[in-house]
Amino acid sequence: MAEGGEVVRNDRYDVLAKWSTPSFDALTRSVISRRLGAPPPRRFFSATEFAVLEAACARLLATPRGRPPIASAIDDDLHAGRGEGFRRPDTPPLGATWRTGLEGLDAEARRRHAGCGFAALDGSAQNALLHAVQVGDVDPSRFGALGPRRFFSEVLLKAVAAHYYSRPEAWNEIGFGGPASPRGYVRIGLDQRDPWEAPFAPAARGKP
Amino acid sequence: MNALAESPRAVGGRAPDVFARGAWQPMREHDDDDAVDFAIVGAGAGGATLACALARKHFSVVCFDAGPYWRPLEDFASDETEQQKLYWTDERISGGDDPIALGGNNSGRGVGGSTVHFSMISLRWRPEWFRSRTLLGHGFDWPITYDEIAPYYRAAERALSVAGPVRYPWGPPRGAYPYRPHPMNAPALLLARGAEALGVRWAPTPLATVSAPHGKSPPCVYRGFCNFGCSTNAKQSALVVWAHQAVAAGAEIRDLAMVGRIETDRVGERVTGVHYHRAGRWRFQRAKNVVVAGYAIETPRLLLNSATARHPQGLANRSGLVGTHLTTHAGPGVWATFEEEVRWNKGPPNMAVCEHWNYCDEGKDFHGGYAFMSQGPLPRAWAQVVATARGLWGEALRAAMRDYNHNAGYVPVAEVESRPENRVELADEVDALGLRIPRVTFGYSDNDRRLQRHALQFMAEMLEVAGGRDLWTSDDTSHLLGTCRMGGDPQTSVVDSDGRSWELGNLWICDGSLFVGSGAVNPSLTIQALALRMADRIEALAAQRAL
Repeated sequence: MAEGGEVVRNDRYDVLAKWSTPSFDALTRSVISRRLGAPPPRRFFSATEFAVLEAACARLLATPRGRPPIASAIDDDLHAGRGEGFRRPDTPPLGATWRTGLEGLDAEARRRHAGCGFAALDGSAQNALLHAVQVGDVDPSRFGALGPRRFFSEVLLKAVAAHYYSRPEAWNEIGFGGPASPRGYVRIGLDQRDPWEAPFAPAARGKP
Repeated sequence: MNALAESPRAVGGRAPDVFARGAWQPMREHDDDDAVDFAIVGAGAGGATLACALARKHFSVVCFDAGPYWRPLEDFASDETEQQKLYWTDERISGGDDPIALGGNNSGRGVGGSTVHFSMISLRWRPEWFRSRTLLGHGFDWPITYDEIAPYYRAAERALSVAGPVRYPWGPPRGAYPYRPHPMNAPALLLARGAEALGVRWAPTPLATVSAPHGKSPPCVYRGFCNFGCSTNAKQSALVVWAHQAVAAGAEIRDLAMVGRIETDRVGERVTGVHYHRAGRWRFQRAKNVVVAGYAIETPRLLLNSATARHPQGLANRSGLVGTHLTTHAGPGVWATFEEEVRWNKGPPNMAVCEHWNYCDEGKDFHGGYAFMSQGPLPRAWAQVVATARGLWGEALRAAMRDYNHNAGYVPVAEVESRPENRVELADEVDALGLRIPRVTFGYSDNDRRLQRHALQFMAEMLEVAGGRDLWTSDDTSHLLGTCRMGGDPQTSVVDSDGRSWELGNLWICDGSLFVGSGAVNPSLTIQALALRMADRIEALAAQRAL
């Protein structure tokens, strides 16, 4: 295990218990070590933009702020120019779309809360604002050509969900078997599992 | 992307040996001034297959790919995020009424193209689709028939060691698939259960991943990361099959070599080679023939970007059809939760198929068909579907994701009408190499929408009778086809039935751009069959001195 990683352990199943087994090859171990190591430094977003994003990630994932460091991962993608490789006509490149959307969210917060920015609001006010952006119940001109609803779904939420479920602690939560090279699986039918899979479905299945 | 991956590997008389860590295979190389018989642009299902087949016929071949030359055993992690490196993510504009999601969904960057991360589904077309207008009353006829392509389907199935049933239940008899079918995983068994309950047929999907050893490929171990690159080489991708054999047969493959323009002679009657960017500089490879195999966006992009005073609309585009008739496959998904443990991450993602509505023409309020398959998304991709299709976040997202091991669903490969207004053009914006980037415009027709409604309804019914509950749907597309259609008439097509440009006799196209209609199965086997056929046609034309 890499130092500095914060792993929320599921008491029934820890995918990283397979770290030294034939389920984890060397390349996979190095990739996941890097992800669990010290978060990359902020290089793309401004401090304000980053604070807004970090606060939004905490609400979108129902996790403590900055843990896991999803905002850092998104910053790192944008710094490196990693994106999906397509955008709608009349919209700027991905980085500018992110800046505009986060500024829009922050501006909407200040407008509704007497000048208080998004990152400083309490959780329920942040949730209400995110919901307003999701359904388009905000001033659309603040969200550029993409508009609030698409920014929320196609940019913000899509990236946040992807990064969270790329992490072992999330795999533990959902009982995902995780990396499986070169060992793979043998028992693949209904209600079948190999000894190196999560022993049973997480207890907290279904609705919260 | 790591630095190693971004400097060309196939240099100095050798190419990476895909079957061993750090190993090489000897590779014949050509000088830029050596006018090779064929310069092929793109090393995917079309280009790598053709490169191999032509090299075996002793043509000199240089095949260019804009992306890296991977060694799967050492380069492919079991990780969705890391493996995003397999996708073509250069900037593109995607608009229209129903913008297509590009990038990871339907592209590949690297030798092997998108077959490096494809689902390995290797299905033949329904024969009637090649004469759709005449026999089914919609769409367009191809300039070739099923009977003409059938031997090449067989050849491609053998080359890929396709694992499938002894008797496939739809279409003309084809004998047993070369390799025995894989045991079906839980989501596939649920598809079979639903099909049996509704009285329609199902089959283990014919898959291009080996069910027994083949050469240096070990049998599939069902690790389930197929859409993110196969780290064991069980998958019979164009990288592992065709590129490897092409180099062995004498072809040169140049990785990390982006072709930006095709050159024509002074009078504009022949192409003379390709301008390509590799290792930091522009170079020019002379060639007697150029084959464009960049898939349905990059192929028209290159032809349009190669415009000259004599070809102001771009090459091969006297008809104005280059880039038009873009089609795709609609993929609206239906998802459910089951009492049983499904654990759908295990095994190839699409192990069972139902082609009932490809072969049954009764009871439809639309033209066309669809196949659908069982599914097995990994957590990152699945979370994106759950979050964006259902709008879930916070505790609701976390809770929905905890059902992961109990979810199953179906996604179709649904026919989409081929229409001129869906197209690829050039945007004014340029990329880092100064090349104008593509602008894609796409929208569904009313027929497309009726077809998808039918698919959603039928798949939902089948999921429910299989025991699924709490159903919901999502939206997606797959595959990019049809922007340089083949045909029998220069007015209504870009190339002839051999893939040869009507306008420039030594310019060819060999990829999904050729498709006259989308059909409703995954296109890679058909692309490979067309490439194998094209190689035979080129050999015959060369023998007649008609090249």
